[in-house]
Amino acid sequence: MTTATSSAKGATSIKVDYLARVEGEGALHVKLKGDRVQDVKFKIFEPPRFFEAFLRGRHLNEAPDITARICGICPVAYQMSSVHALERALGIAIDPAVRLLRRLFYAGEWIESHVLHVTMLHAPDFLGCQDVLEMAREHKPAVEMALRLKKTGNDIMTVLGGREIHPVSVCPGGFYKVPRKAQLRALKDDLQWALESSVALARLTATFEFPDFEQDYEFVALSHPDEYPLNEGRLVSNKGLDIDAAEYEDTFVEQHVKHSNALHSQLRERGSYLVGPLARYNLNFDKLTPVAAAAARELGVAPPCLNPFKSIVVRAIETIFACEEALRIIDAYEPPAEPRVEFTPRAGTGQAATEAPRGLLYHRYILDDRGLILAAKIVPPTSQNQRRIEDDLWSFIPGILHLPLEEVTWKCEQAIRNYDPCISCATHFLRMTVERE
Amino acid sequence: MSSNGNGKARPKVAVFKFASCDGCQLSLLDAEEHLLAVAAAVDIVYFPEATRIMLKGPYDIGLVEGSITTHHDAERIQAVRRQCRTLVTIGACATSGGIQSLRNWRDVNEYVRCVYARPDFISTLKMSTPIAEHVPVDFELRGCPINKLQLVEVLSALLAGRKPNIPTYSVCMECKRTGNVCIAVARGAACLGPAVQAGCGAICPSYGRGCYGCFGPMESPNAGAVAEQMRRLGLTEGAIQRAFRSFSAWSWQFRQVSEERDRK
Repeated sequence: MTTATSSAKGATSIKVDYLARVEGEGALHVKLKGDRVQDVKFKIFEPPRFFEAFLRGRHLNEAPDITARICGICPVAYQMSSVHALERALGIAIDPAVRLLRRLFYAGEWIESHVLHVTMLHAPDFLGCQDVLEMAREHKPAVEMALRLKKTGNDIMTVLGGREIHPVSVCPGGFYKVPRKAQLRALKDDLQWALESSVALARLTATFEFPDFEQDYEFVALSHPDEYPLNEGRLVSNKGLDIDAAEYEDTFVEQHVKHSNALHSQLRERGSYLVGPLARYNLNFDKLTPVAAAAARELGVAPPCLNPFKSIVVRAIETIFACEEALRIIDAYEPPAEPRVEFTPRAGTGQAATEAPRGLLYHRYILDDRGLILAAKIVPPTSQNQRRIEDDLWSFIPGILHLPLEEVTWKCEQAIRNYDPCISCATHFLRMTVERE
Repeated sequence: MSSNGNGKARPKVAVFKFASCDGCQLSLLDAEEHLLAVAAAVDIVYFPEATRIMLKGPYDIGLVEGSITTHHDAERIQAVRRQCRTLVTIGACATSGGIQSLRNWRDVNEYVRCVYARPDFISTLKMSTPIAEHVPVDFELRGCPINKLQLVEVLSALLAGRKPNIPTYSVCMECKRTGNVCIAVARGAACLGPAVQAGCGAICPSYGRGCYGCFGPMESPNAGAVAEQMRRLGLTEGAIQRAFRSFSAWSWQFRQVSEERDRK
């Protein structure tokens, strides 16, 4: 909800006390002096829940169930990062068919989460609507299409995991149960429809008007030699980063930033960076599936795409990819001999990063020889992007101050929503900003 | 209040969030086939996750997600209660304190130091508690996450002025109806199902694992007997305690069983 006076000229602040259409509770406070930005605070007031603390003493098999509860929007991402990190600690390798199923699972979550954000949270900004329901009055067929598209992603997760929010089938070593071929084949017709619809959705988003705004980002994402990244790969950037997940904590630090009293993730000695669709896309464009790549070229957003507002188009293009990838996996699927590999717990440390819909999600676990967790560290994408969001606002606001304050405020909200921030995720790890006056 | 076309005013609905993962309110957006129908039957006037419109109360129906973990939220829930004619809690956090209630058996200051670099910036309560420990609640919808069809049923019932048809029997009933072979009996799996309320559709047994309790205790559960069965299967006291100390850990029925483990 905005609190605004009539004109941005002469205003001393921009305030959004409760940022709407994001997951979780956040606020924005900007201080102005004339046409200059004096301070930007993207504040988080979501209460902390202390996952890393209470994971200590829990059994490793519980980690995917518990960490899923960090976020109702991307539970599969938490399940994936946790099992990969635990499997590295245990020194076990999974069946190739299980690997494919995990990619399919993740593709389902990408479809669901991307379509939710593109249509229900972000598109209303571009169309001047307060929300998707207002949008549905003027663009009903598009909203109905998006709802069905989103449901197709949910259906993949429901087949593989019993339900779309906090699915129950994922465990270290594989799955509690894997689907039969016929169960996956039953998804094909809907996915074929979804593939065509996601192209239509991408075309629709490309008709939106985008502010003329580009930044010199350092993009960080996974990169895999053979495929568009989901579960595996090295962490790379467009400025020379190329590391294994095990080196994450040597490379990224959390610094105390004077202007906000908040600690943000930064690249050591280089500052803020961007994770998420824009980073994945710019770093892995050559791995995109054919229909997705063709749509990108048709819509004129081929890399380098440096305008964060165009992330809505990129999300739609990644949705096309997720549909194509899901269809490919379903066609190739042969059930594994065993749904999961058996293991004996052993003491060890394991790290992994996977690509949550909003970007890189890092987990580390230290286990004892009974399989109990001694320590856990989780770095979600939004805490990595938080500093970058503020940097964008510093650059973006001076160029729009000629607009009325109400409009400036809305555009700032939109600029934050470019990142699809999930504050529920971030808060359990973010260093909260508490203003003491 | 706007009209629904029959001359009747459409009830105003508000959705509030406290400490949670957002998954239960997302269930409303995930009810893809029902969303536009629900939106046509009510006026959603406060739902920050979905809309910039944030109208002031009073509201006819308030849906509350999340548990109370800060001083600020303990005050806010009082204001929310005053604004809502009918207040429905949705999900395990709101009805029993959620997974974050694990702090209730530990020193929360140690938790703060474990996670945060600057503990002095963090303001939190020692306990994570359900909404009903703070204000009267008209209906509690269980689940971690809730079942979206049960949410649609609760809203429909409230609109029709009848009691929501939400079963309070155990997961075993759903499991039998699904046609599952009992994995506790046939495979010796540790399963909380006999003590847990139905609502999920018995998905864990259907996916080859024991129920882990997302919907919390059923009406009058014999949770002690389930713990005893787990002991016979060879689970350690620690493992039994962990089983009861998860998403509905602070419900008094599960609390009793898990605290009994501390005495052993």
